[in-house]
Amino acid sequence: MSSTVTDSIRALLAEHARLGVDVASLSDTDDLYTAGMTSHASVTVMLACEDEWDVEFPQQMLKKSTFASIANIRAALAELEVEGASA
Amino acid sequence: MSILTAPGTTDPSVLREAVALAHRIGKETAAVHAADVDREGRFPKETVDAFRAERLLGAMVPTELGGLGHDVRTTAAIVRTVARYCASSAMILAMHHIQVASLVRHGRSEALRDYARRVAAEQLLLASATTEVGIGGNTRNSSCYVERVGDDGPGQTFKVTKQAPVISYGQYADAIFTTARRAEDSPASDQVLAVCESAAVHLTPLSGWDTMGFRGTCSLGFTLEATGDAALIHDDSFGDISAQTMLPVAHLLWGSLWLGLAEEASWRAQRFVQKAARKNPGQTPPASARLAALMVTRQEFAASVDSMMTRYEQIQDDPEALGSIDFMVAINTLKISASTEVVDVVNQALLICGIQGYREDTEFSLGRLLRDAHGAAVMVNNDRIAGNTAQLALMQREF
Repeated sequence: MSSTVTDSIRALLAEHARLGVDVASLSDTDDLYTAGMTSHASVTVMLACEDEWDVEFPQQMLKKSTFASIANIRAALAELEVEGASA
Repeated sequence: MSILTAPGTTDPSVLREAVALAHRIGKETAAVHAADVDREGRFPKETVDAFRAERLLGAMVPTELGGLGHDVRTTAAIVRTVARYCASSAMILAMHHIQVASLVRHGRSEALRDYARRVAAEQLLLASATTEVGIGGNTRNSSCYVERVGDDGPGQTFKVTKQAPVISYGQYADAIFTTARRAEDSPASDQVLAVCESAAVHLTPLSGWDTMGFRGTCSLGFTLEATGDAALIHDDSFGDISAQTMLPVAHLLWGSLWLGLAEEASWRAQRFVQKAARKNPGQTPPASARLAALMVTRQEFAASVDSMMTRYEQIQDDPEALGSIDFMVAINTLKISASTEVVDVVNQALLICGIQGYREDTEFSLGRLLRDAHGAAVMVNNDRIAGNTAQLALMQREF
């Protein structure tokens, strides 16, 4: 189950993160900002996640680190009780 | 006093003395040369020399590194005061301080600490090359990159070549703080800030600077070719330096500068009305109502700059709070509101002074002030900042 959420995150990143590299080449813990995601693109990623899982990231989760890696995004989704996101 | 001290601790006597000093430099030097600087579009050398004579180029360097240890509030007060006499000189001082603030807050290596000592001891003037041809004014992307030469460690040097559409007073600066990608294979947003000392910088002009206002900043475009000591590349990424220091300090200092410019226009209008009132005692001058309206705008303007200053002081050492959506929206909004209000105030002052303000040869002339005021929304484009703010607003949450 959990791999499905990770796969969906990867698909969203491929579409919205405007990375300088192929998402497939990144590990779950690689830094997405270092891989070329701008803060602007991270907003788009956030909106896409909210749409995909019908959630709203609360204020305290809206910080750079929440979207810094695939693992971090999954952890955030787990905190929002998205099914299959907890490890 | 250091910019790293607790918030709200600005010593009132330090602030008073700083403002008095800025008035003295303004009256004795900046105002004397302002018209010529504007007409010729030349660097205000006399005023910058006066800053140096008063050690003001090291104002934001902490006292333990030999500087004056001024906080952002004191620095902003000086910029605001100098702006009343020569906005170009005040802008050069503000842009210099923005680089110094980045250096002293993010340059933790011994080499960068030493460089901060030199800024204070030798009164070095710092410029910046943060935009790049083909990037569209977004400072958070670079295409040029830093090439490291030699092994890691002492003796390693760097090389960078950048097409910079603007390097304000570049040819008069002792160093140009330059953004570039961390390495040849880094993405556009993975940037560093490198200190490029003028002795090892070659500048080839790309464009001139014949503008409506802020003509003394000499913000020409250049191809910059630089080499330097790799130890003079800032420790923190430029993304962090920009969000935590460069952007908030820039918006606070610019906001203060435009406020000073607006206050000068406002005082000219007020003196005009007072003069008219003296000629006809007992009769309220026709422009009085406009003056009252102008004072509303001026007070709102001053209050918004002051409230953002207080907010920044409270969180300046908290990177998380500085990077929060709420603060970023607020600090961007300050830039947009201040740059809009400065034009509004000068326009209102012009309607009050009438033909006396429209003429270039009276004590109420507002031509240069109006031209300078229009630079506020254009030199760092409000539409791009509004776009960023709108993007951030998509993430803002009620609480």
